[in-house]
Amino acid sequence: MQKKDFVIRFAGEGGQGLVTSADALARAATSAGYFTQTFSTFPSQIMGGPASSQVRISTSPVLSSGDGVDVLVALNQYAYDHHEQDLVENGVTIYNAEEYTLPDGGNYFGIKADEIAKSTGNARAANMVTIGAVANLIDFSLTEVDNFIKKRFNRGRDNDSEIIRANIQSVRLGAEVASQSGFSVGKLDNPVKPDYEQIMVTGNSAISLGALSAGLDYYVGYPISPATTILVWMENNLIGSNKFAYQVSSEIESINAIIGAGYAGKKAMTATAGPGIALMSEGLGLAWMAEIPLVVVDVQRGGPATGLPTKSEQSDLFACMHPAHGDVKIPILAPGSVEECFYAAALAVNWAERYQGPVILMSEMAQADRGENIPKPNLDKIKVESRNVYSGDNGFKRYQSWDGTNELTPMPIPGGSGAYVANGSEHDEIGDTTHLPIHHIRLTERRFNKLKLLDGAHYEIENENSQLIISPWGSSKGPSREAYERLLDDNYDIGWIYSVALNPIPEEVFEALKKSKCVLVPELNYQGQWSSLLRQDGIKAQSIIKYDGTPFKPGELVKEITNIFDTVRKK
Amino acid sequence: MSKRNPEYDFVWCPGCGDFGVRRALEFALQDYITEHEKPHSHNVIVAGIGCSGNMVHLIEGDQPFGIHGIHGRTLPIALGIKSSRPDLNTVIVAGDGDFLSIGAEHIGPAAQRNLDVTCVIMDNGVYGLTKGQSSPTSDIGMITTSTPHGKIEVPVSPLNHYLTVGVSYIASYYSSKPKILAKFIKEAMDHRGFSIVHVQSPCTTYNDTYDLLKGKPREGIPGLAWDIPDDHDPNDLSCALNLIQKPGIPLGLIYKMEGKTLEDRQQEIRNKVSEKTVESTLSEYLI
Repeated sequence: MQKKDFVIRFAGEGGQGLVTSADALARAATSAGYFTQTFSTFPSQIMGGPASSQVRISTSPVLSSGDGVDVLVALNQYAYDHHEQDLVENGVTIYNAEEYTLPDGGNYFGIKADEIAKSTGNARAANMVTIGAVANLIDFSLTEVDNFIKKRFNRGRDNDSEIIRANIQSVRLGAEVASQSGFSVGKLDNPVKPDYEQIMVTGNSAISLGALSAGLDYYVGYPISPATTILVWMENNLIGSNKFAYQVSSEIESINAIIGAGYAGKKAMTATAGPGIALMSEGLGLAWMAEIPLVVVDVQRGGPATGLPTKSEQSDLFACMHPAHGDVKIPILAPGSVEECFYAAALAVNWAERYQGPVILMSEMAQADRGENIPKPNLDKIKVESRNVYSGDNGFKRYQSWDGTNELTPMPIPGGSGAYVANGSEHDEIGDTTHLPIHHIRLTERRFNKLKLLDGAHYEIENENSQLIISPWGSSKGPSREAYERLLDDNYDIGWIYSVALNPIPEEVFEALKKSKCVLVPELNYQGQWSSLLRQDGIKAQSIIKYDGTPFKPGELVKEITNIFDTVRKK
Repeated sequence: MSKRNPEYDFVWCPGCGDFGVRRALEFALQDYITEHEKPHSHNVIVAGIGCSGNMVHLIEGDQPFGIHGIHGRTLPIALGIKSSRPDLNTVIVAGDGDFLSIGAEHIGPAAQRNLDVTCVIMDNGVYGLTKGQSSPTSDIGMITTSTPHGKIEVPVSPLNHYLTVGVSYIASYYSSKPKILAKFIKEAMDHRGFSIVHVQSPCTTYNDTYDLLKGKPREGIPGLAWDIPDDHDPNDLSCALNLIQKPGIPLGLIYKMEGKTLEDRQQEIRNKVSEKTVESTLSEYLI
């Protein structure tokens, strides 16, 4: 049976090489021309604990982690017991026969991967035995797996060829076991190899790369799941004269240090998760008030407090849009795919420079560490914006009234002319503290008027005159899009409105939403945060909520939305 | 109001110690600029919240750059400025409440980094701007608006704290002799590393300690302040620790240790690891 896509899941304990296996299979498949998306879930501990990592392989770009599992590799009994219900009809399990056995007669077979790997002379090739078995089940070309192995282990060492031989042999032996089992889950359609260069990248790496492509100079951060990988990435890659990447002692230090760097003329960024946003809130208010360009990335996880550090949730929207006390509305970009992470990060840096203020980029656990193959961005086409720096005489009035009709006043930089005080207290035109009503009125207006400068974020509007509009935000885009396309195929009267920018909302998007009779917002939180903000603006929005710590599955959304259609029809 | 901005609506009380500290700071900033042949715009003042933080708006003459942030966060803001722009002379002005209470968590990390910034701390032993509450340096038993029955904690010893967390330049002085104080502030600016000049700057409204500091020599009452003897060796940590065990307020240089700064160590990394372009980094992800 020809199939468009497969989901293969490796389940067991953290530290068993689950991510390595899924990643290896994804890389072999992308080399062959397929589109892939990996997804991992693990507990908040260093080693052990129930964990799983999966890859979805498809002939077209992968939008979500899918509905069910076609092949489950279960390394222990617990893994089998807890993942078996996710298998699709006729899905097959490969179980670890060195660890446990299952009674005869089910859709499964055992494999002794360690023993087989040892027989090839390389005990470390056990995951290749499993990958060989999986490849056989989905009828994936073993030659492509061989090519991947040759590429990965060609590291210029003396024993390269021996390691390659043992790994290839392990794949063959694993495939042989699967072949003897008699099971098959179908055959993947042949891929259409893209005619452009591709990169394989995670959401957090894409954010890091995007920020660098817009000229990021300065990064500090404090370790916190699931944002830590951005700190680690920056320490390894933001290197050079006038570049700085550094671990500080708290999120309070992070935000205030990037305020200092932004004030001193640099493009500065930090990344954190919900608890860090809470600690940064006063600093974000200072950046808004004193008009300091900077970017904060919030890679969301389950909250509140320590919450669910390694699980999925989109519940920081209220906290990010209105983090600080007082009249504040921070610009928000919320990319909905790994590729959008790259471009939104570049735009966030540009926005901060353009409007001289703080910008928050919101991602989410499920998008942070998952890998996807995306077209390699063309750096020549990335617009790099830098703030308008003041160079006139001293005595400059930086904080003049501004209504958005002319160019925003430039920003003096220490060492240059126009010395002023960047002030977190309400201030007059040169930055001195004042309590006069006229200054608080005109500068409050100036700070909000500056939002008008922020455009250029990606958005999508399709079939906007339909009965129901599906309008997700952030990482719920992928599964929502997949559900939308299935419903369109089934001739439902459904439309699609999506915007990476949540504040300010692009005018076209806002108008389209405003005209819609019913806007459905799939989002991963209990309160329906985005739909409630939309309702404040007079949009007829309601949420489809989920708050169990896992992302939406497209099938769940199809079911929910068809139910809503049924209700509407009955009325 | 200030000379340069008649509309500015903040004043220090008459006799406030901060006037003397301001004069000293102006001398030191001017000396620094003259000696290093840089424009005034290379001076950056990072101000805390409270009476002392308003210093940044009250500097007379040629203007430095300034940032008047949020309570307790002068050090992280200064970290961002100095680590991104090592060319700038970065000076913190803050009080004992801002620096030693809400902001105390940042002193240790700044010392471990040997961050090359200068802190001028104005210690008046009270929260003045909020009208007279107890501060970390208020004496035990002191009656304040927030301790009507007497303060029930022992005061922090700032000098002891600075020495034990590894601050690499520490001087202690008072606000009454701005010219001498200026000498220490300038020396702290020139010191490569984390420097603190801790200044007794009395609050004439809530905690007037002028007489206490100077004593009444004519009546034979000794002051709390005492000059550090000439034979003190400020390069020796144990000498410095011994010195400050003596009661009262020492006047002079307590400790000074040359060592690598954050910038030095960052530069060592830059020399060791080759510079990467965005394009080369991006290419590492090619399939």
